[in-house]
Amino acid sequence: MCLGIPGEIVEILPDRPDLAMVAVSGVRRAINIGLLDKETVAPGDWILIHVGFALSKIDETEAKAALDFLESIGQAYDDEIAALRQSMIEQG
Amino acid sequence: MRFVDEYRDADTARALAARITALCEPGRAYKFMEVCGGHTHTIYKHGLEDYLPPEVTLVHGPGCPVCVIPMGRVDDAIHIAHQPGVIMTSFGDMMRVPGGDGSFLDAKARGADIRMVYSPLDALKIAKENPGKQVVFMAIGFETTAPSTAMTVLRAHAEGITNFSVFCNHVTIIPAIKAILDSPDLRLDAFIGPGHVSTVIGCRPYEFIARDYGKPLVVTGFEPLDILHSVLQILEQLAQGRSEVENQYARVVPWDGNPKALAAIDEVMELRPHFEWRGLGFISHSALKVGDRYARYDAEQIFEIPGGRVADPTSCQCGEVLKGVLKPWECKVFGTACTPETPIGTCMVSSEGACAAYYNFGRFTRERVKEATRR
Repeated sequence: MCLGIPGEIVEILPDRPDLAMVAVSGVRRAINIGLLDKETVAPGDWILIHVGFALSKIDETEAKAALDFLESIGQAYDDEIAALRQSMIEQG
Repeated sequence: MRFVDEYRDADTARALAARITALCEPGRAYKFMEVCGGHTHTIYKHGLEDYLPPEVTLVHGPGCPVCVIPMGRVDDAIHIAHQPGVIMTSFGDMMRVPGGDGSFLDAKARGADIRMVYSPLDALKIAKENPGKQVVFMAIGFETTAPSTAMTVLRAHAEGITNFSVFCNHVTIIPAIKAILDSPDLRLDAFIGPGHVSTVIGCRPYEFIARDYGKPLVVTGFEPLDILHSVLQILEQLAQGRSEVENQYARVVPWDGNPKALAAIDEVMELRPHFEWRGLGFISHSALKVGDRYARYDAEQIFEIPGGRVADPTSCQCGEVLKGVLKPWECKVFGTACTPETPIGTCMVSSEGACAAYYNFGRFTRERVKEATRR
């Protein structure tokens, strides 16, 4: 829950500008980007996600470092990704 | 994708360690608190204490939101979950946290409809799909998760959803740090400041620690070299007689935080006069409730809340661990009666708790250290 998970923005949804499709650890999920400056967010950007919301933009190196950290902690990250897979955040 | 060797390189770690050692005044004992559970994890996982000279001790702070939830609040949430027509939702981390009368998992086994969600937005979706039910989200966490809860309430409001509410247990990090600074139990020299919380609140809220208490605080990333670097920055400050807030994690943390996230919290929530923290007791203005304007989304307005206080089991020393007074292995029940499989205290339940982190990663290092000293 407290873990910040890096994800790469794949697509910003035209009908819901506060949502983006994001690739997170091999999973594609809708993530709320309403807390970022919209003008500065584009596909290909990396973001740090907390419980379904992007809290900050990060660079690719930081994303990789964050992923390595998460993978190193084992169970907690597996649980978080399992929860994310079941997440139903979506359009509408 | 580039590799992250720049954050991991062992030679760099040793070079940093040498500079750290050179900066320590011989015979002076330094105590630095890492506030955040994520840092505790990195420290144990990578055995960072082995890189540090004996003068420097890292103590673990209260920055694990699951760990600081008092048992009475768990009981209150379970009470709500047992009301007719209620679906209780919460993060997976919450499911095994013991209240005075069992955990969410126990309540679920007794028939309560309690569901694990990844995000408060998932809870809102459940509410939309179950218009005949009242869906309650058990909100926990520091400023890292509070904006998400606030944004979800705003979404519910915008969509006119009336069967969704929040049982708000969000806490704020600054009053907890202040409580520790004011506590007579512990003399700290400096703080390794939280990373993710700071992406929201920024660095300015820590300035009083440097100004009024004369203690350095360095906002720090989660890589092993980040932490060593931060220890070095702290020692440089101490050696030069400075106490400042520095941002070692500027690659993620903006000095002013995330204004939109702060605005969302401000819009939806207000500070409680006081709130009980497990182990730390009541702390003034240390937690958030749903504000009056959004009272229809406040589970505490919708349901009767028993509000009982439950004392921690006498054998449990989570309070001392959360304040940094005890190391996990110094607790009476650590690793014997209290393990991640059968946790007595919250610090062992949450994967971010100091005890769980130490149990999973640190124990063997310490045993090795003990063996080495015996020889």
